[in-house]
Amino acid sequence: MSRFPLDLGSPGWEYAPAPEARTVARLDAGAQGRLFIGGTWQDAADGATFPTHSPATDEHLADVALAGGTDVDRAVAAARAALPAWSGLPGAERAKLLFRLARMLQERAREFAVLEVLDNGKPIRETRDFDVPTAAAHLFHHAGWADKLDHAGLGPAPRPVGVVGAIVPWNFPLLMLAWKVAPALASGSTVVLKPAETTPLTALRFAELCEQADLPPGVLNVVTGAGATGAALVRHPGVDKIAFTGSTAVGKDIQRTLAGTDRRLTLELGGKAANIVFADAPIDETIEGIVDGIFFNQGHVCCAGSRLLVEEPVHDLVVERLTRRIGTLRLGDPLDKNTDVGAINSPAQLARIRELADVGEAEGAQRWTADCPLPERGNWFPPTVFTGVSQSSRIAQEEIFGPVLSVLTFRTPDEAVTKANNTPYGLSAGIWTEKGARILWMADRLRAGVVWANTFNRFDPASPFGGVKESGFGREGGRQGLHAYLEPSADRGGIDG
Amino acid sequence: MAERVRVLRTAKLFIGGAFPRSESGRTFEARGADGTVLANVALASRKDVRDAVVAARAAQPGWAAATALNRGQVLHRVAELLEGRHAQLVDELVATGVEPDAARAEVDGAVDRLVWYAGWTDKLTQVAGGVNPVAGPFFNLTVPEPVGVVGVIAPQRSALLGLVSVVAPALVGGNTVVVVASEARPLPAVTLTEILATSDVPPGTVDVLTGSVAELAPVLAGHLDVDGLDLTGLAGVDGVDRVALETAAAEDVTRVLPPPAEEPDFHRTPRGVDRIMAFCDLKTVWHPKGP
Repeated sequence: MSRFPLDLGSPGWEYAPAPEARTVARLDAGAQGRLFIGGTWQDAADGATFPTHSPATDEHLADVALAGGTDVDRAVAAARAALPAWSGLPGAERAKLLFRLARMLQERAREFAVLEVLDNGKPIRETRDFDVPTAAAHLFHHAGWADKLDHAGLGPAPRPVGVVGAIVPWNFPLLMLAWKVAPALASGSTVVLKPAETTPLTALRFAELCEQADLPPGVLNVVTGAGATGAALVRHPGVDKIAFTGSTAVGKDIQRTLAGTDRRLTLELGGKAANIVFADAPIDETIEGIVDGIFFNQGHVCCAGSRLLVEEPVHDLVVERLTRRIGTLRLGDPLDKNTDVGAINSPAQLARIRELADVGEAEGAQRWTADCPLPERGNWFPPTVFTGVSQSSRIAQEEIFGPVLSVLTFRTPDEAVTKANNTPYGLSAGIWTEKGARILWMADRLRAGVVWANTFNRFDPASPFGGVKESGFGREGGRQGLHAYLEPSADRGGIDG
Repeated sequence: MAERVRVLRTAKLFIGGAFPRSESGRTFEARGADGTVLANVALASRKDVRDAVVAARAAQPGWAAATALNRGQVLHRVAELLEGRHAQLVDELVATGVEPDAARAEVDGAVDRLVWYAGWTDKLTQVAGGVNPVAGPFFNLTVPEPVGVVGVIAPQRSALLGLVSVVAPALVGGNTVVVVASEARPLPAVTLTEILATSDVPPGTVDVLTGSVAELAPVLAGHLDVDGLDLTGLAGVDGVDRVALETAAAEDVTRVLPPPAEEPDFHRTPRGVDRIMAFCDLKTVWHPKGP
C-alpha cells in the first residue's frame, strides 16, 4: 500500500464553473472559411463547402471551402511561384519573419487556444498550456535555423526541398501545422497545407496571422478539405515533398502513391505505446504519468501510452490507485478551465472507440469505466480501463485513439521488452522505475522512436520526434528534423545522391 | 608432361554463414567479356531469399548490440582480408572486361572504402545524434539506431567497389543485410563471401544471393521482415518495375533508398553519413532531472 493513502473517494471540494469566454475566438470575424492561396482568400473553384462542428456541443461553427483538384493546382502553383524569392531571401530575413510569426502567435495565444477548443473539443487547459505555446516555440526554434542552415550537418549551403505538401491531423491541428510549417519555411521551402476535415479553423486563422505578419504571398497556402483534397496534394507532380501526420493506413497509401517518383516523404503515423511500470516505480508520479499518457487530449495522441505493462506484484496496487485517480478527472465542457477530459473529436472517431471497447469486452478483458456523467450533446466517451488483456487482443494491438487503457502484466525485464515490442508500431514507450541502469538497458531495447523514462508525453521543438517500424520515418524537431526539408548542396557531389 | 588440371571453384550462395547451393538446384553461367563461361553460379530462388532474411533477422540483435569499436574492428578485418585477395579479385574483374589498371583501382577502392566505413562505427552516434536543450528539467538525448534487416540490390557494373559501397554503410549502423549481387558479374561477390566467412563478421550478418534481380528483388521488397531496401543496383537493370518494388515496400513502411538514374561512379567519396543514416532511425530518450 501507499505510504500516503489518500481518500480520493470522498466528495471533497466541488468546482465552480470557470468557463473561458468563447467570444475570444472571433468566430464571425475575418476571412473565415475561404482558401488561402497566393496571399488571397478564395472560394473553392466549384463553390463547394463543408461544415465544421463543435464536438462538444454539435454546434455548427462555420462553413469552410472544400478544395478540389483545381484549387490544389492553384495552391501548388502559388507555392512554386513564391519559391525562388523565398529561398533566395537571406536566411536572416526569413528568420525575422518566422520570429515575428512566433511572437504574433504568442500575442494572440488566447484567441487561438479558444478557437482550437471550439473546433477540436479538447480542454482549454491543454490548448492554453500546451498546444499554442508549443506551436509558438516551434516557430521560434526554427526561426533561428533559417540563417544557420550551413550548420545543420548537410554541408555548406544546403538547398530547400522545394514545395512542401503538409497534411496534418485533427488531434493537434495548430501544433502539427507548426511542426511542419516552421522547419519548411526556415529551410526556404514553401508550403501547401491541408488541415484535417474536422479541424480547419486554426489553420485558416494561422493564415490570417501570416498575412498580418507580411509573409510573402504564396509562401504558405492553406487548402481545406477532406481525404480527396489531401490525395490531390499527394498526387500533385508539382509537390517536392510530402510531410504527413496521421494514420498508418493512410501513410502506407501515401508511400505507395509516391513509389517511383523520387519525391521526398516523411510519415508520422500511429502507435500503440507500452507504458512499462516496474515494482520499484514511485507510485504517485507513476499514476500521474499513466493518466497523462492515456487521457491527455482524450487519448487522441499517436504516442499515447495505451498499453500499460505492469510488473505482476504491483498490478493490483497500480490498478486500484489508477482507477481512483481517474475517478477524480473532470469530463465535460472543454472551455471550462477545470476540465481534464474533453470531447471526442468526431462521431466517426467515437464510433471507432466504442467498437474497439466492445471488442475488448467480447475478447474477455474486464472493463472499468469512470463514473462520470456525460453531457447530453456532443461526442463523449468516459475514461476506460481494461484489465486482463491478452497480447493478441485487438485492444492490445490496434490503435484506439481514445481514452481507453489496456493493462497487461510482466514478470521480468526481458518479458516487458518482448511484450512492448510486440506490435507493428514503434512510436513511443514509457519506463517507470527508480533503477537508472534498468532505464538505460530498457531504452536500448525498446523499438520506439521516443522513450520517456519516469515521464510521458513530453515534446519540445529541439527534440527529434518520430517513429520506427510502421509508425513512420523521418523526425520532427531539432537539427535532425530540419533535414527533412533540406537537400545537400548541389555541388557537394559524392556517391549518395 | 601434361598441363596440370586446375581445380575450379563452385560458386555458391552465402546464407547464415554457410555456403548452400540454391534450394532450387538451379545454376546460371557467369560469362566473361569474351563470352567464355567463368563459372556455374547458384541461381537463387524466392525460398533462398526468405531463408536469407531469416538468417539476417536472427543475426541482427547481436550485430547491433556489439560495441561500436568491435563493429569497426570487424569491418576493418574484412578490409585486411580483401587486401590479401587483391590479385584474385583483380583477375575476376579483368575477366568480366574491366581493364587491368581499372580493376586494380577498383580493388584498392573497395579496401579503402571498407576502412573508411570501419572508422565510422564509433563516430556515427556523436555526428548524427546529440543532446537536446529542451525547455524543461529533462535530460534529453537522441541516438541513431539500425532499422533492422536491409535488402540490398548491389550495383550491376561496379561488382566489387559498388558492392562494398552499399553493404558497408548498412552494416555500420548495426543492420544486417541480404544482398542480391550483380547479376552479370557475380563472381567478385562470391569471393567477398569467402572473405566474410573467414573474417570476424558473425554468421547471418551479411547474406549474399546470386541470381536474377528481376526474380529476387520483388521478394525482398515485399518481405514483411525486411525493414530497409537499397535499390541502388537497379540502375542499368532492364525489366524490373521500380514502382512495383517501392509499392510493395510500403506495405510495412519499409525505408527505401531509391535507385539513381544511372550507376554512380563509386570511386567518388561518399557524402558523409547519408548512406549510413538511410537505414538508421533516431531514438530520443527523456528523463527528468531533480535533486
